[in-house]
Amino acid sequence: MRSDLANDIVRLTGEHLSLVGISVALAILMGVPLGILVARRPAAWRWLLGVSSVVQTIPSLALFGFLIPIPWIGGIGKRSVIVALVLYGLLPILRNTYVGILSVDPAVCDSAIAMGMTGGQLLRQVQLPLAARTIIAGIRVATVTTIGTATIAAAIGGGGLGVFIFRGVASVDTAQILAGAIPAAVIALVADGGLGWLERRISPA
Amino acid sequence: MPFVEFRHVFYEVAGQRILSEINFGVETGETLVLLGRSGSGKSTALKLTNGMLYPTAGEVLVEGRSTREWDPIRLKRRMGYVIQDVGLFPHFTVARNIGLVPRLEGWGEADVDRRVDQLLETVGMPAAEFRTRYPRQLSGGQRQRVGVARALAADPPVLLFDEPFGALDPVTRFELQQQFLDLQRDFKKTSIFVTHDVREALRLGSRIVLLVRGAIEIVATPDEFQHAPSGEARAFLACL
Repeated sequence: MRSDLANDIVRLTGEHLSLVGISVALAILMGVPLGILVARRPAAWRWLLGVSSVVQTIPSLALFGFLIPIPWIGGIGKRSVIVALVLYGLLPILRNTYVGILSVDPAVCDSAIAMGMTGGQLLRQVQLPLAARTIIAGIRVATVTTIGTATIAAAIGGGGLGVFIFRGVASVDTAQILAGAIPAAVIALVADGGLGWLERRISPA
Repeated sequence: MPFVEFRHVFYEVAGQRILSEINFGVETGETLVLLGRSGSGKSTALKLTNGMLYPTAGEVLVEGRSTREWDPIRLKRRMGYVIQDVGLFPHFTVARNIGLVPRLEGWGEADVDRRVDQLLETVGMPAAEFRTRYPRQLSGGQRQRVGVARALAADPPVLLFDEPFGALDPVTRFELQQQFLDLQRDFKKTSIFVTHDVREALRLGSRIVLLVRGAIEIVATPDEFQHAPSGEARAFLACL
Protein backbone atom coordinates (compact mmCIF):
# COMPACT_ATOMS: atom_id res chain seq x y z
CA MET A 1 0.00 0.00 0.00
CA ARG A 2 2.71 2.41 1.11
CA SER A 3 4.91 1.48 -1.81
CA ASP A 4 1.96 1.86 -4.20
CA LEU A 5 1.61 5.47 -3.12
CA ALA A 6 5.34 5.99 -3.38
CA ASN A 7 5.34 4.54 -6.88
CA ASP A 8 2.44 6.78 -7.85
CA ILE A 9 4.21 9.84 -6.52
CA VAL A 10 7.32 9.01 -8.51
CA ARG A 11 5.37 8.25 -11.68
CA LEU A 12 3.12 11.31 -11.52
CA THR A 13 6.02 13.58 -10.56
CA GLY A 14 7.80 12.35 -13.67
CA GLU A 15 4.72 13.03 -15.75
CA HIS A 16 4.41 16.47 -14.21
CA LEU A 17 8.03 17.26 -14.92
CA SER A 18 7.71 16.20 -18.52
CA LEU A 19 4.55 18.30 -19.03
CA VAL A 20 6.28 21.33 -17.55
CA GLY A 21 9.57 20.65 -19.32
CA ILE A 22 8.02 20.29 -22.75
CA SER A 23 5.72 23.28 -22.29
CA VAL A 24 8.41 25.62 -21.00
CA ALA A 25 10.83 24.47 -23.70
CA LEU A 26 8.24 25.22 -26.38
CA ALA A 27 7.38 28.55 -24.76
CA ILE A 28 11.08 29.50 -24.82
CA LEU A 29 11.49 28.34 -28.42
CA MET A 30 8.55 30.51 -29.43
CA GLY A 31 8.79 33.37 -26.95
CA VAL A 32 12.45 34.33 -27.34
CA PRO A 33 12.47 34.55 -31.16
CA LEU A 34 9.11 36.33 -31.12
CA GLY A 35 10.45 38.77 -28.54
CA ILE A 36 13.50 39.43 -30.70
CA LEU A 37 11.31 39.93 -33.73
CA VAL A 38 8.92 42.38 -32.10
CA ALA A 39 11.84 44.29 -30.53
CA ARG A 40 12.54 45.35 -34.11
CA ARG A 41 8.91 46.15 -34.89
CA PRO A 42 7.20 48.10 -32.12
CA ALA A 43 3.88 48.03 -33.99
CA ALA A 44 3.79 44.24 -33.86
CA TRP A 45 4.63 44.38 -30.17
CA ARG A 46 1.35 46.09 -29.16
CA TRP A 47 -0.65 43.57 -31.06
CA LEU A 48 1.20 40.57 -29.70
CA LEU A 49 1.15 41.92 -26.14
CA GLY A 50 -2.61 42.40 -26.46
CA VAL A 51 -3.24 38.88 -27.65
CA SER A 52 -1.06 37.20 -25.07
CA SER A 53 -2.44 39.34 -22.25
CA VAL A 54 -5.95 38.29 -23.21
CA VAL A 55 -4.88 34.63 -23.17
CA GLN A 56 -3.39 35.23 -19.73
CA THR A 57 -6.73 36.44 -18.38
CA ILE A 58 -8.63 33.29 -19.37
CA PRO A 59 -9.02 31.14 -16.24
CA SER A 60 -6.84 28.09 -16.74
CA LEU A 61 -9.59 25.52 -16.18
CA ALA A 62 -11.71 27.32 -18.80
CA LEU A 63 -8.83 27.39 -21.26
CA PHE A 64 -8.32 23.67 -20.86
CA GLY A 65 -12.05 23.25 -21.44
CA PHE A 66 -12.02 25.40 -24.56
CA LEU A 67 -9.25 23.30 -26.04
CA ILE A 68 -11.05 19.96 -25.73
CA PRO A 69 -13.31 20.31 -28.82
CA ILE A 70 -10.62 21.86 -31.04
CA PRO A 71 -9.19 19.41 -33.57
CA TRP A 72 -5.43 19.03 -34.14
CA ILE A 73 -4.26 21.09 -31.21
CA GLY A 74 -6.89 20.15 -28.63
CA GLY A 75 -8.75 17.11 -27.37
CA ILE A 76 -8.57 15.09 -24.16
CA GLY A 77 -5.07 14.45 -22.91
CA LYS A 78 -1.57 15.81 -22.85
CA ARG A 79 -1.69 17.68 -26.12
CA SER A 80 -4.30 20.18 -24.94
CA VAL A 81 -2.48 20.59 -21.67
CA ILE A 82 0.78 21.42 -23.38
CA VAL A 83 -0.92 23.88 -25.73
CA ALA A 84 -2.50 25.70 -22.81
CA LEU A 85 0.67 25.72 -20.73
CA VAL A 86 2.68 27.09 -23.65
CA LEU A 87 0.13 29.88 -24.11
CA TYR A 88 0.48 30.81 -20.43
CA GLY A 89 4.25 30.58 -20.39
CA LEU A 90 4.65 32.63 -23.53
CA LEU A 91 3.77 36.06 -22.15
CA PRO A 92 6.43 36.45 -19.46
CA ILE A 93 9.14 35.10 -21.76
CA LEU A 94 8.04 37.24 -24.69
CA ARG A 95 7.72 40.35 -22.57
CA ASN A 96 11.06 39.96 -20.85
CA THR A 97 12.88 39.24 -24.10
CA TYR A 98 11.39 42.36 -25.62
CA VAL A 99 12.06 44.55 -22.60
CA GLY A 100 15.53 43.09 -22.13
CA ILE A 101 16.59 43.86 -25.68
CA LEU A 102 15.08 47.34 -25.71
CA SER A 103 16.71 48.25 -22.41
CA VAL A 104 20.23 47.71 -23.74
CA ASP A 105 21.97 51.11 -23.61
CA PRO A 106 21.44 52.80 -27.01
CA ALA A 107 25.02 54.13 -26.89
CA VAL A 108 26.27 50.54 -26.76
CA CYS A 109 24.09 49.49 -29.70
CA ASP A 110 25.09 52.60 -31.63
CA SER A 111 28.76 51.93 -31.15
CA ALA A 112 28.27 48.30 -32.14
CA ILE A 113 26.62 49.43 -35.37
CA ALA A 114 29.26 52.09 -35.90
CA MET A 115 31.96 49.45 -35.57
CA GLY A 116 30.45 47.57 -38.45
CA MET A 117 28.62 44.76 -36.70
CA THR A 118 25.98 43.12 -38.83
CA GLY A 119 22.44 42.82 -37.46
CA GLY A 120 23.11 39.21 -36.44
CA GLN A 121 26.39 40.04 -34.71
CA LEU A 122 24.73 42.89 -32.83
CA LEU A 123 22.01 40.52 -31.66
CA ARG A 124 24.24 37.60 -30.69
CA GLN A 125 27.24 39.43 -29.27
CA VAL A 126 25.60 42.45 -27.68
CA GLN A 127 21.83 42.50 -27.32
CA LEU A 128 21.17 38.91 -26.25
CA PRO A 129 24.05 38.68 -23.75
CA LEU A 130 23.03 41.98 -22.20
CA ALA A 131 19.37 40.97 -22.13
CA ALA A 132 20.10 37.46 -20.85
CA ARG A 133 19.40 38.24 -17.22
CA THR A 134 16.01 39.72 -17.98
CA ILE A 135 15.14 36.87 -20.34
CA ILE A 136 16.03 34.28 -17.71
CA ALA A 137 13.93 36.15 -15.16
CA GLY A 138 11.00 35.75 -17.57
CA ILE A 139 11.71 32.06 -18.02
CA ARG A 140 11.80 31.69 -14.25
CA VAL A 141 8.37 33.28 -13.83
CA ALA A 142 6.99 31.16 -16.68
CA THR A 143 8.44 27.95 -15.20
CA VAL A 144 7.14 28.49 -11.69
CA THR A 145 3.62 29.39 -12.83
CA THR A 146 3.58 26.49 -15.27
CA ILE A 147 4.44 24.03 -12.49
CA GLY A 148 1.40 25.23 -10.56
CA THR A 149 -0.96 25.47 -13.51
CA ALA A 150 0.02 22.01 -14.71
CA THR A 151 -1.73 20.48 -11.68
CA ILE A 152 -5.03 21.40 -13.38
CA ALA A 153 -4.04 19.25 -16.35
CA ALA A 154 -5.49 16.22 -14.61
CA ALA A 155 -8.95 17.72 -15.14
CA ILE A 156 -8.71 16.94 -18.86
CA GLY A 157 -6.80 13.71 -18.57
CA GLY A 158 -3.34 15.18 -18.86
CA GLY A 159 -1.95 13.35 -15.85
CA GLY A 160 0.68 14.78 -13.55
CA LEU A 161 0.52 15.58 -9.87
CA GLY A 162 -2.92 17.09 -10.30
CA VAL A 163 -4.26 13.54 -10.42
CA PHE A 164 -3.64 13.28 -6.67
CA ILE A 165 -5.14 16.65 -6.00
CA PHE A 166 -8.36 16.04 -7.94
CA ARG A 167 -8.68 12.57 -6.44
CA GLY A 168 -8.10 14.00 -2.97
CA VAL A 169 -10.62 16.78 -3.45
CA ALA A 170 -13.23 14.33 -4.77
CA SER A 171 -12.78 11.93 -1.83
CA VAL A 172 -12.05 14.61 0.79
CA ASP A 173 -8.71 12.93 1.43
CA THR A 174 -6.12 15.42 2.66
CA ALA A 175 -3.29 12.92 2.38
CA GLN A 176 -3.97 12.53 -1.36
CA ILE A 177 -4.08 16.31 -1.86
CA LEU A 178 -0.76 16.66 -0.06
CA ALA A 179 0.75 13.83 -2.10
CA GLY A 180 0.17 16.05 -5.14
CA ALA A 181 0.71 19.47 -3.61
CA ILE A 182 3.96 18.83 -1.78
CA PRO A 183 5.97 17.46 -4.72
CA ALA A 184 4.58 20.26 -6.91
CA ALA A 185 5.68 22.84 -4.38
CA VAL A 186 9.12 21.24 -4.07
CA ILE A 187 9.57 21.23 -7.86
CA ALA A 188 8.55 24.89 -7.99
CA LEU A 189 10.98 25.84 -5.23
CA VAL A 190 13.86 23.96 -6.83
CA ALA A 191 13.16 25.45 -10.26
CA ASP A 192 12.83 28.92 -8.78
CA GLY A 193 16.08 28.55 -6.84
CA GLY A 194 17.99 27.08 -9.76
CA LEU A 195 16.89 29.67 -12.29
CA GLY A 196 17.39 32.42 -9.73
CA TRP A 197 20.95 31.23 -9.25
CA LEU A 198 21.50 31.21 -13.02
CA GLU A 199 20.04 34.70 -13.27
CA ARG A 200 22.42 36.05 -10.64
CA ARG A 201 25.39 34.20 -12.07
CA ILE A 202 25.11 35.91 -15.42
CA SER A 203 27.49 38.82 -15.26
CA PRO A 204 25.64 42.01 -14.41
CA ALA A 205 25.83 44.61 -17.13
CA MET B 1 41.28 64.80 -53.44
CA PRO B 2 39.75 65.11 -49.95
CA PHE B 3 39.47 61.80 -48.11
CA VAL B 4 35.93 62.65 -47.03
CA GLU B 5 33.79 65.17 -48.83
CA PHE B 6 30.31 66.54 -48.20
CA ARG B 7 28.62 67.80 -51.37
CA HIS B 8 25.39 69.78 -51.08
CA VAL B 9 24.27 67.58 -48.23
CA PHE B 10 20.80 67.98 -46.77
CA TYR B 11 19.40 65.80 -44.05
CA GLU B 12 15.80 65.74 -42.90
CA VAL B 13 14.01 63.50 -40.49
CA ALA B 14 10.22 63.50 -40.07
CA GLY B 15 9.94 66.66 -42.18
CA GLN B 16 12.37 68.50 -39.95
CA ARG B 17 15.54 69.83 -41.52
CA ILE B 18 18.63 68.93 -39.52
CA LEU B 19 21.33 69.85 -42.05
CA SER B 20 21.15 72.05 -45.13
CA GLU B 21 23.59 72.67 -47.96
CA ILE B 22 26.63 71.25 -46.20
CA ASN B 23 29.85 71.41 -48.23
CA PHE B 24 33.28 70.65 -46.90
CA GLY B 25 36.18 68.33 -47.48
CA VAL B 26 38.47 66.60 -45.02
CA GLU B 27 42.03 66.27 -46.29
CA THR B 28 44.04 63.15 -45.60
CA GLY B 29 45.71 63.35 -42.22
CA GLU B 30 43.97 66.47 -40.95
CA THR B 31 41.68 66.89 -37.97
CA LEU B 32 38.53 68.66 -38.97
CA VAL B 33 36.50 69.89 -36.02
CA LEU B 34 32.74 70.27 -36.28
CA LEU B 35 31.88 72.93 -33.73
CA GLY B 36 28.39 74.01 -32.79
CA ARG B 37 25.79 74.28 -30.08
CA SER B 38 23.65 71.34 -29.04
CA GLY B 39 21.23 70.53 -31.83
CA SER B 40 23.30 72.22 -34.52
CA GLY B 41 23.48 68.94 -36.45
CA LYS B 42 27.15 68.12 -35.88
CA SER B 43 26.61 64.57 -34.62
CA THR B 44 24.27 63.94 -37.53
CA ALA B 45 27.04 65.01 -39.91
CA LEU B 46 29.31 62.45 -38.29
CA LYS B 47 26.75 59.69 -38.73
CA LEU B 48 26.39 60.64 -42.38
CA THR B 49 30.12 60.04 -42.78
CA ASN B 50 30.17 56.36 -41.84
CA GLY B 51 26.81 55.44 -43.29
CA MET B 52 24.84 55.20 -40.06
CA LEU B 53 22.63 57.76 -41.82
CA TYR B 54 22.34 58.69 -45.47
CA PRO B 55 21.72 62.21 -46.79
CA THR B 56 18.21 63.19 -47.87
CA ALA B 57 19.82 65.10 -50.75
CA GLY B 58 23.38 65.54 -51.93
CA GLU B 59 26.10 63.05 -51.20
CA VAL B 60 28.93 62.21 -48.87
CA LEU B 61 32.02 60.90 -50.64
CA VAL B 62 34.55 58.71 -48.90
CA GLU B 63 37.70 58.12 -50.94
CA GLY B 64 35.79 59.52 -53.90
CA ARG B 65 32.85 57.15 -53.62
CA SER B 66 29.39 58.03 -52.37
CA THR B 67 28.53 56.39 -49.05
CA ARG B 68 25.50 54.89 -50.78
CA GLU B 69 27.78 52.92 -53.08
CA TRP B 70 29.88 51.55 -50.23
CA ASP B 71 29.01 48.26 -48.61
CA PRO B 72 27.62 49.61 -45.32
CA ILE B 73 29.62 47.19 -43.16
CA ARG B 74 32.90 47.76 -45.03
CA LEU B 75 32.46 51.52 -44.82
CA LYS B 76 31.94 51.44 -41.05
CA ARG B 77 34.95 49.21 -40.52
CA ARG B 78 37.11 51.71 -42.41
CA MET B 79 36.31 54.24 -39.70
CA GLY B 80 37.05 54.14 -36.00
CA TYR B 81 34.26 55.71 -33.98
CA VAL B 82 34.54 57.15 -30.49
CA ILE B 83 31.46 58.49 -28.75
CA GLN B 84 30.67 60.22 -25.52
CA ASP B 85 29.86 57.68 -22.77
CA VAL B 86 32.14 55.52 -24.88
CA GLY B 87 29.66 52.77 -25.66
CA LEU B 88 32.10 50.14 -24.45
CA PHE B 89 30.46 46.75 -24.20
CA PRO B 90 29.85 46.26 -20.49
CA HIS B 91 29.95 42.47 -20.75
CA PHE B 92 33.32 42.38 -22.55
CA THR B 93 36.71 42.77 -20.90
CA VAL B 94 38.93 45.66 -21.96
CA ALA B 95 40.88 43.29 -24.21
CA ARG B 96 37.76 41.96 -25.90
CA ASN B 97 36.39 45.45 -26.39
CA ILE B 98 39.56 46.62 -28.08
CA GLY B 99 39.94 43.47 -30.14
CA LEU B 100 36.38 43.56 -31.41
CA VAL B 101 36.83 44.94 -34.92
CA PRO B 102 40.01 42.94 -35.66
CA ARG B 103 38.07 39.85 -34.59
CA LEU B 104 35.12 40.80 -36.78
CA GLU B 105 37.65 41.20 -39.57
CA GLY B 106 38.81 37.65 -38.98
CA TRP B 107 42.26 38.22 -37.49
CA GLY B 108 43.90 35.29 -35.71
CA GLU B 109 43.79 35.24 -31.92
CA ALA B 110 47.53 35.76 -31.50
CA ASP B 111 47.48 38.80 -33.79
CA VAL B 112 44.51 40.26 -31.94
CA ASP B 113 46.23 39.77 -28.57
CA ARG B 114 49.41 41.41 -29.77
CA ARG B 115 47.46 44.33 -31.21
CA VAL B 116 45.48 44.81 -28.01
CA ASP B 117 48.64 44.94 -25.88
CA GLN B 118 50.24 47.37 -28.27
CA LEU B 119 47.19 49.66 -28.25
CA LEU B 120 46.86 49.62 -24.48
CA GLU B 121 50.49 50.67 -24.35
CA THR B 122 49.79 53.41 -26.91
CA VAL B 123 47.01 54.92 -24.79
CA GLY B 124 49.12 54.66 -21.65
CA MET B 125 47.42 51.75 -19.89
CA PRO B 126 49.69 48.83 -18.88
CA ALA B 127 48.29 45.76 -20.62
CA ALA B 128 49.06 43.37 -17.77
CA GLU B 129 46.96 45.46 -15.42
CA PHE B 130 44.03 46.36 -17.64
CA ARG B 131 43.45 43.57 -20.18
CA THR B 132 41.10 41.52 -18.04
CA ARG B 133 39.20 44.36 -16.41
CA TYR B 134 35.61 45.18 -17.23
CA PRO B 135 34.55 48.70 -18.24
CA ARG B 136 32.75 49.24 -14.92
CA GLN B 137 36.09 48.77 -13.15
CA LEU B 138 37.63 51.73 -14.97
CA SER B 139 37.52 55.48 -14.35
CA GLY B 140 35.85 57.72 -16.92
CA GLY B 141 39.18 58.77 -18.39
CA GLN B 142 40.38 55.16 -18.63
CA ARG B 143 37.16 54.14 -20.34
CA GLN B 144 37.64 56.90 -22.86
CA ARG B 145 41.22 55.76 -23.52
CA VAL B 146 39.93 52.25 -24.13
CA GLY B 147 37.36 53.76 -26.49
CA VAL B 148 40.16 55.42 -28.45
CA ALA B 149 42.20 52.19 -28.48
CA ARG B 150 39.17 50.31 -29.76
CA ALA B 151 38.65 52.82 -32.55
CA LEU B 152 42.29 52.47 -33.58
CA ALA B 153 42.28 48.68 -33.39
CA ALA B 154 41.95 47.67 -37.01
CA ASP B 155 44.07 50.64 -38.11
CA PRO B 156 41.28 52.46 -39.98
CA PRO B 157 42.27 55.41 -42.16
CA VAL B 158 39.54 57.61 -40.68
CA LEU B 159 38.60 58.32 -37.06
CA LEU B 160 35.31 59.85 -36.02
CA PHE B 161 34.95 61.44 -32.59
CA ASP B 162 31.56 62.42 -31.21
CA GLU B 163 32.21 64.66 -28.20
CA PRO B 164 34.47 61.97 -26.79
CA PHE B 165 35.77 63.98 -23.84
CA GLY B 166 32.54 65.82 -23.03
CA ALA B 167 31.75 63.97 -19.81
CA LEU B 168 35.24 64.12 -18.29
CA ASP B 169 36.60 66.43 -15.62
CA PRO B 170 38.70 69.31 -17.01
CA VAL B 171 42.06 67.88 -15.97
CA THR B 172 41.43 64.45 -17.48
CA ARG B 173 39.98 66.09 -20.56
CA PHE B 174 43.15 68.14 -20.98
CA GLU B 175 45.32 65.03 -20.63
CA LEU B 176 43.29 63.14 -23.19
CA GLN B 177 43.43 66.04 -25.61
CA GLN B 178 47.19 65.99 -25.26
CA GLN B 179 47.17 62.27 -25.94
CA PHE B 180 44.99 62.85 -28.98
CA LEU B 181 47.53 65.37 -30.32
CA ASP B 182 50.36 62.89 -29.69
CA LEU B 183 48.47 60.17 -31.52
CA GLN B 184 47.73 62.49 -34.40
CA ARG B 185 51.40 63.41 -34.64
CA ASP B 186 52.38 59.73 -34.73
CA PHE B 187 49.61 58.24 -36.87
CA LYS B 188 48.21 61.13 -38.91
CA LYS B 189 44.74 59.67 -39.15
CA THR B 190 42.15 61.61 -41.06
CA SER B 191 39.86 62.68 -38.23
CA ILE B 192 36.52 64.36 -37.82
CA PHE B 193 35.99 65.61 -34.30
CA VAL B 194 32.64 66.85 -33.02
CA THR B 195 32.61 69.16 -30.01
CA HIS B 196 30.79 72.10 -28.48
CA ASP B 197 33.90 73.18 -26.60
CA VAL B 198 35.62 75.99 -28.47
CA ARG B 199 38.85 75.58 -26.52
CA GLU B 200 38.98 71.92 -27.59
CA ALA B 201 38.24 72.93 -31.20
CA LEU B 202 41.06 75.48 -31.27
CA ARG B 203 43.49 73.10 -29.62
CA LEU B 204 42.85 70.00 -31.70
CA GLY B 205 41.58 71.12 -35.08
CA SER B 206 43.57 71.83 -38.19
CA ARG B 207 40.36 73.41 -39.45
CA ILE B 208 37.06 74.22 -37.78
CA VAL B 209 33.64 73.99 -39.37
CA LEU B 210 31.20 76.07 -37.37
CA LEU B 211 27.60 74.91 -37.65
CA VAL B 212 24.60 77.05 -36.81
CA ARG B 213 21.17 75.42 -36.90
CA GLY B 214 22.25 72.86 -39.45
CA ALA B 215 24.07 75.20 -41.81
CA ILE B 216 27.73 76.07 -42.13
CA GLU B 217 28.56 79.48 -40.71
CA ILE B 218 32.29 79.43 -41.44
CA VAL B 219 35.14 77.09 -42.23
CA ALA B 220 38.37 78.39 -40.75
CA THR B 221 41.74 77.42 -39.36
CA PRO B 222 42.08 78.02 -35.61
CA ASP B 223 43.97 81.26 -36.34
CA GLU B 224 41.38 82.53 -38.78
CA PHE B 225 38.63 81.49 -36.38
CA GLN B 226 39.92 83.87 -33.71
CA HIS B 227 39.30 86.85 -36.00
CA ALA B 228 36.37 85.58 -38.02
CA PRO B 229 33.69 88.17 -38.76
CA SER B 230 30.93 85.92 -37.48
CA GLY B 231 28.57 86.53 -34.61
CA GLU B 232 28.42 82.86 -33.70
CA ALA B 233 32.20 82.52 -33.78
CA ARG B 234 32.46 85.50 -31.45
CA ALA B 235 29.80 84.00 -29.18
CA PHE B 236 31.94 80.87 -28.91
CA LEU B 237 35.16 82.85 -28.41
CA ALA B 238 33.47 84.74 -25.59
CA CYS B 239 33.46 81.46 -23.63
CA LEU B 240 37.24 81.38 -23.50
